[in-house]
Amino acid sequence: MTTPLPLLLGMSAALFSLGLMAVLSRRHAIFILIGIEIMLTAANLNFIAFWRYSPQPQPTGVMFAIFSIAIAAAEAAVGLGFVIIVYRHYKTTEVSKLNKLKG
Amino acid sequence: MTPWIVSHLWLIPAAPLLASLLILCFATEKRIFTVILAITGQVFALEISGHAFFQTLCNPGVHDFHNFTWFIFGETPLRLGWLLDPLNAAMLVMITLVSLCIFIFSVGYMKDDPHFNRFFTFLSLFSAAMLGLVIANSLLLLFICWELVGLSSYFLIGFWIHRPSAAAAAKKAFITTRIGDIGFFLGLLWLYGKSGTLLFYANGEGCLEHAALLSLGGSVTVIALLIFCGAAGKSGQFPLHVWLPDAMEGPTPVSALIHAATMVAAGVFLVARMYPLFSFGAIHGVTPSLQTVVWIGTITSVMASLIAIAQSDIKRILAYSTVSQLGLMMVSLGVGGMAAGIMHLLAHGFFKALLFLGAGSVIHGCHHGQDIRKMGGLQRLMPVTFATYAIGMMALSGFPLLFSGAWTKEEILHATWLWPVSVVPHLLMLAGVFLTALYMTRQMAYVFFGKARDKNSLHAHESPRVMTIPLIVLAVCAVLFSIVLTPAWPWLESYLTGEHIPGHFGAIFQPMVFFSVLLVGAGVWVGMRVYSNAGKADPLQESQPEVFRFLENKMWIDEFYEHTLLKWSADAARLADWMDRRIWDGFVRAAAGAGRLLAYATSNFDQGGINIGVDQGCDTTQDLARAVSAWHSGNIQNYLRAIGLGTLALLILYLLLG
Repeated sequence: MTTPLPLLLGMSAALFSLGLMAVLSRRHAIFILIGIEIMLTAANLNFIAFWRYSPQPQPTGVMFAIFSIAIAAAEAAVGLGFVIIVYRHYKTTEVSKLNKLKG
Repeated sequence: MTPWIVSHLWLIPAAPLLASLLILCFATEKRIFTVILAITGQVFALEISGHAFFQTLCNPGVHDFHNFTWFIFGETPLRLGWLLDPLNAAMLVMITLVSLCIFIFSVGYMKDDPHFNRFFTFLSLFSAAMLGLVIANSLLLLFICWELVGLSSYFLIGFWIHRPSAAAAAKKAFITTRIGDIGFFLGLLWLYGKSGTLLFYANGEGCLEHAALLSLGGSVTVIALLIFCGAAGKSGQFPLHVWLPDAMEGPTPVSALIHAATMVAAGVFLVARMYPLFSFGAIHGVTPSLQTVVWIGTITSVMASLIAIAQSDIKRILAYSTVSQLGLMMVSLGVGGMAAGIMHLLAHGFFKALLFLGAGSVIHGCHHGQDIRKMGGLQRLMPVTFATYAIGMMALSGFPLLFSGAWTKEEILHATWLWPVSVVPHLLMLAGVFLTALYMTRQMAYVFFGKARDKNSLHAHESPRVMTIPLIVLAVCAVLFSIVLTPAWPWLESYLTGEHIPGHFGAIFQPMVFFSVLLVGAGVWVGMRVYSNAGKADPLQESQPEVFRFLENKMWIDEFYEHTLLKWSADAARLADWMDRRIWDGFVRAAAGAGRLLAYATSNFDQGGINIGVDQGCDTTQDLARAVSAWHSGNIQNYLRAIGLGTLALLILYLLLG
């Protein structure tokens, strides 16, 4: 008995929406980063799901997922670095206050 | 085929010109550089002049020219050229030799002057212009160099620019010679209009050749007289002589080079060069233009020697003596032909440069005192200067046998005696000989004999060798030059005219010679008697105060000009000024008012029409920009929200449209 594909896709979509909500509504930069990670996880889940249900024998989807996780780790490190620099500079991590580029 | 030297005659003026430019551009505090450049330029010019002279010696009566096209004016080519004939070859050697001596003398004379480099720049420029004038085979090229000579003379008279009197003298010299040059220029234009060429010689097409002279017809006299105006201005002939004595404000080497030996001789040279024009159609050697030359020369000569008697500035006496000698040259050109005048010019170039340099040496020795009444007794203190000055003085007064001035003067006296028109010039020339001896003796008596009249002359010193050696060289020239002038061996005359003239040894002892010796002797004797024991006051002043005052003030000629010509010209200027202010100004103001009215009308259109349109366009753009820029809140989450909404909208659209 295997889990049907639509269920997995639905879960992925739910995770993505959750992440997007976090990115759009949280004020704290670190929470936004967490939201982005959640959205990435949703994408990875899609890769695995489609690979699992495809007739192809090669592990392409898994490879993609592994790459994507590695890149996500690097991206998280860079993102956290940015947050630290921003904090040092502005003494805050609230994104709504970082509006120096307004027109 | 013209010889190499003829087509390369331009090298002669080019050398000093190059030296002048190099000094101007690269001169530094180190004076030795300037000295080397200036003197190298002169030596080079002398060297080439020597070549040219040698060329004319090898081919007697040579008349070589090298013409070239300067530029083409529509269809008409404008041609210039160089000429080599005995007349200018002799002039070249005299000028370069005298200038070389004067350049060397100047090194000593100007050694304390802060503007040493400027002096040599101008002196070299002058030398270049003068040499260019002499070699020209075109009246236009001659005129160009003529004006350059005038310009550098202006620079050098006003060399000590901090003295107002020097600036005034420079201005006076420039303007007075310019008055003569207007005549010269008109004559030049007229000649060009009639003959169509300004080249002197061009294989029968030149303006001094028979065909062109024939085509001039009756205007030949007028043209000659107009050209003589220029010559009279440059050579200080009455009534344009007033600038020359004032020109003594320049440094003494300048007076020697420009205002005694070379530049003032340019007028005489011009008449000699244009002699075919002056003498065209002569009957017994007399034409109306030559008669004018003779009379002007006679008046100038006698007037200047009279004035010289009552002057007290050592250089001014020499200046009036120069004016008088130039008059003499003009007379001899007028009565005796080209050769006699040029012979006197050459001899005069040597001994007058000698006298001026001697005067410079005296001035230098007496700590820049120039008043002869304060000098005296310099005979013992400055022996070299005394000896050379005495030679110059004897050459100028026409002392017989040994000195160059004697033979040329005798020649002139002889020629005036034979002049068919009138005997007056001859008598006046005889008076001139007597007066010359008299004023030169007066000067010698004051400067070198007797006791010192002032502490400056008591402590006078002999000049350094760099100044005395040029004096000795010039003195030797003044004496040796007489060898080629004697009637016993008239080498120079036959060289200049290109004809063989047999020598008469007996001609040395003809009556005219004795007569002139008698006159010179009388002049010297009277001079010694009157002036040898003179005190600070002049004996003539004591016995004849009115006459002395008249002569001392230069016959009031300057004052006469001031009250007539200068006043009239000032009145004319004032009238023009009034017209400018009252009449022409009105027209100008009316035109300006019309312009302003037009501007006012158009300004309304600008303000109301164009300006407002542009302003509104600007405002709209600005408002739009402001509205758009408000979207950029700088809040990154807003941007993301917008992106999210946009994606959602696209997605919905995709689903709906399938």
